Amino acid sequence: MLYREAGQFKSTYSQDQQIFPILQDRIGVLALLVVAFVVVPLVGDQYWLSALITPFLILALATLGLNILTGYAGQLSLGTAAFMGVGAFMTYNAMLRIPHMPILGAFVIGGLCAAAVGIVFGLPSLRIKGLYLAVATLACQFFVLWALNRVGWFSNHSSSGVITAQRIEMLGYGVDTPAAKYLLTLAIVAVMALAAKNLMRSETGRAFMAIRDMDVAASVVGIPMMKTKLLAFAISSFYCGVAGALYAYTYLGTVEPEAFTLDLSFRVLFMVIIGGAGSILGSFLGAGFITLFPIFLNLASRWLENALGIELPHAVVSNSEAIIFGGLIIFFLIVEPNGLARLWQITKEKLRLWPFPH
Amino acid sequence: MTFFIEVVAGGLLAGVMYALVALGFVLIYKASGVFNFAQGSMVFFAALTFVSLTERGWNLWLALAVTFLAMIVLGIVIERIVLRPLVNQPPITLLMATIGLTFVLEGVSQLMWGSQPHGLELGIPDVPIEWLSQKWNINISQFDLFAAFVAGVLVAVLAVLFQKTRIGRALRAVADDHQAALAVGIPLQHIWAIVWATAGFVALVAGLMWGVRNGVQYALTFTALKALPVLILGGFESILGAIVGGLIIGASEKVAEVYLGPYVGGGIESWFAYIVALLFLLVRPEGLFGEKHIDRV
Repeated sequence: MLYREAGQFKSTYSQDQQIFPILQDRIGVLALLVVAFVVVPLVGDQYWLSALITPFLILALATLGLNILTGYAGQLSLGTAAFMGVGAFMTYNAMLRIPHMPILGAFVIGGLCAAAVGIVFGLPSLRIKGLYLAVATLACQFFVLWALNRVGWFSNHSSSGVITAQRIEMLGYGVDTPAAKYLLTLAIVAVMALAAKNLMRSETGRAFMAIRDMDVAASVVGIPMMKTKLLAFAISSFYCGVAGALYAYTYLGTVEPEAFTLDLSFRVLFMVIIGGAGSILGSFLGAGFITLFPIFLNLASRWLENALGIELPHAVVSNSEAIIFGGLIIFFLIVEPNGLARLWQITKEKLRLWPFPH
Repeated sequence: MTFFIEVVAGGLLAGVMYALVALGFVLIYKASGVFNFAQGSMVFFAALTFVSLTERGWNLWLALAVTFLAMIVLGIVIERIVLRPLVNQPPITLLMATIGLTFVLEGVSQLMWGSQPHGLELGIPDVPIEWLSQKWNINISQFDLFAAFVAGVLVAVLAVLFQKTRIGRALRAVADDHQAALAVGIPLQHIWAIVWATAGFVALVAGLMWGVRNGVQYALTFTALKALPVLILGGFESILGAIVGGLIIGASEKVAEVYLGPYVGGGIESWFAYIVALLFLLVRPEGLFGEKHIDRV
């Protein structure tokens, strides 16, 4: 009843092509942005902002990056965490070695370095496909981690390989409080998500999807295979690189190369699959689900302990959590292989008709 | 020169260990097109079950039989609960499902048997063969040779199973074309259960070998990561590829570690195998013995 597009006429081409063609969607997104930019920093306490929402946004950005590569361009990659690591460490070096470096510029440099690494390790994608490529991207994951650990230059010759993010300063104001860091992260993520959404609606995005659906057919109709595939790797790694930089600067503060292990790559891949491959919204839904779910599980197990009045051994709790987490992922893949984004789509279609059955 | 031979021989024998894990991957990929990332945790599960049973005073052979039985049941359960509902899904979905399975298997095995590391003894000491080291001054572990022998027997058995038996013919038919196999009346589900059980057995053997070498502990699950470069080098569909790939990876990794490692600061074994595999892939995109894919529009 409320969510209907009847009576909303489009009289120009640009109206027809806008991102949210339905008025209710526009209002909804605007409300969401207002809540995210104004309400959350006002009401969110320190723990929620710095330990939950900020990492959620950062991982959503990384998921977005991987989604561009895997969901849109169809190139399976397991090296996400490595690109994030490159972004984090190169941002650190840009801040360290270039005097008067603005933080946003350093983020861009970090992202560009990650993009360069992405292009190098994307080269095999011209020859190999599918699962072979996935395993090949593991080479990137292990090599980059090794290089960050072994080459002292990356961590400014710190003995343990740990880097401490410099203080963020913008226009003379220090970004120190969790709320300020959250706002910075949110602003970057929002802008980059919008850019990604538009990019995927453009010729480039359509070329990506053509390659995903069938690359031989795509090259036959004249899509340059090499350029497009490498561009997908570059854009994807740029997003991951910026996410990695944010991971270091607005979330952790101090990072070591071990923060960017294969586990993180898998987690981001989970987010893509659970959220929905080939969907910008899905990246956020997936990241939200995977970030919040372990916390929810933890609360549930504590609640269970209180309810039963016993203390479960730590090993039992953590193992059961792993079992439930894995089981739920399998369950999700079985019931909705297209992810949460598809569920949202179905909900929207139902909402259009509600409260009538047809 | 003797040192070089020793390094290469050690590498080849280590490669056999990689190949043991890779074999499990190949079996499942061949028959069901699933890239089973959970193979590493199956190795862990099998080894942990076996060692826990023997530590509770069970007879070695009885423990082996019970573990094998557990692996068969596990294979059937996985086929039933995970694979059957996911038929016809894209490979990445199946891959993610097996990664989810990894969490479940690791959780279950540690919940059942605890997470402390165990030592494992099979009665074959991990010491250099005496007459070799005396005569030519080459140190080659007795146990490594035993592992190589076991791998050889395993491959021979699998080859006979695949080439000579009725089940093997059905397996190859399923691997070739699911639908055609179904059409001529091959029960797809039974075949998949058999394949997963066989992969479980291979995981058990690999788990025992790796368990003796490194102890039965959580790190066993990472053997899967060691097997992946072997797989892409040899090709996902080839048993022979797994063995040859294992030997190439093992030897080149050891040689690089000894001769190249000192120049770049060591620790290169984590990625060197992948780079070697990648270089091979640039020449042969479907691995050395993988099936050639013909792209059609």
